[in-house]
Amino acid sequence: MSHHHENIAAHDHHDDHAGMDKKGIWRVFFILLALTALEFLIALGFVHHWGILQKGMLVNIIYIVLTLVKAFYIVAYFMHLKFEKSGFIVCCSVVFIFILYFIVLMLIEGDFLHGAMQAHPIFPNK
Amino acid sequence: MSTTTVSQLDKVKDGPWNGGKSPWNLEYGKIMMWFFLVSDAFTFSAFLIYYGTQKFAQPTWIDADKIFQSIPGIAESGQPLVFVGIMTFILIMSSVTMVLAVDAGHRNRKDEVVKWMLWTILGGLMFLGCQAIEWSHLHHQGFWFGRNPATGLEGNAIVDALAPYFTKDISYTAALQFSNLFFTITGFHGFHVSIGVLLNIIILSMTLNNTFERRGTYLMVEKVGLYWHFVDLVWVFVFTFFYLI
Repeated sequence: MSHHHENIAAHDHHDDHAGMDKKGIWRVFFILLALTALEFLIALGFVHHWGILQKGMLVNIIYIVLTLVKAFYIVAYFMHLKFEKSGFIVCCSVVFIFILYFIVLMLIEGDFLHGAMQAHPIFPNK
Repeated sequence: MSTTTVSQLDKVKDGPWNGGKSPWNLEYGKIMMWFFLVSDAFTFSAFLIYYGTQKFAQPTWIDADKIFQSIPGIAESGQPLVFVGIMTFILIMSSVTMVLAVDAGHRNRKDEVVKWMLWTILGGLMFLGCQAIEWSHLHHQGFWFGRNPATGLEGNAIVDALAPYFTKDISYTAALQFSNLFFTITGFHGFHVSIGVLLNIIILSMTLNNTFERRGTYLMVEKVGLYWHFVDLVWVFVFTFFYLI
């Protein structure tokens, strides 16, 4: 058992922070900053000021993709998940399939309610 | 005879999951922090997905560009997204200082850990301050849990009270749902930030007490760092779904 623990401790110091030095940290920071700035450029510039793009499906998809890219950089580099063992990466990420399923279900539900609430009139109780 | 058989079996089974070594090569507390964060991500996902469902189901919705327009102390209205941009920047920045603290911990540099933890705590407090200002601004306008500016009004007064916040049709129910969900979700996130600041302060005082120096490892900074980055991660999503879309 004690041998087991030494094993963990010895490894921890070695390959734990492989791939992230100070330069890497600032590089990820500037990527995150650039992506956020791009979101602002779209929201304030293209949509609000110049009116090149309209609020709607296309802009929303762009925002969501940018958000997911930002999430990837935070989880992979800041939270260091990219440098863990592949078994652990799978363990922590594959469960989000259920979240995707949940999103699909709730969008179908929302769509149904959207129609149903307008199609069924409300009658006064008297 | 039997020993030969056993050693042959041993030779076959030397994968990471056959015992004798740590398959993930991670410390127990760190794995548990990850599992907690995965479950917490489920909670936030459920909140945000419900927000999406409501927005999808309601015939009309509040326009983010119209409700989030003020920069406290500078402009009362007409500046969409600027204040929340500052908040986002503060939180990303404090995430970076947290990674730098973890990095300093790897090199066992106590003075650097203290310096970066102080910046991280400062960032967290600044974010909480901004959120408090934003909450009180909306509260002054009449938004709160179970309440919106038109609560208690009748007839055309409802339309007049809500008109500044809508671009398309005006709906009392949509404004109420927005209000409830906004305060619940940003409140739950703010609660996480508060806990994070508290944990950071505990870690800072442990560092100053030389606890990690004696322990020989700054692993605890890393675990709390995971939590802090998660808080930043959630904000990235809250920002997109409340303020951009």
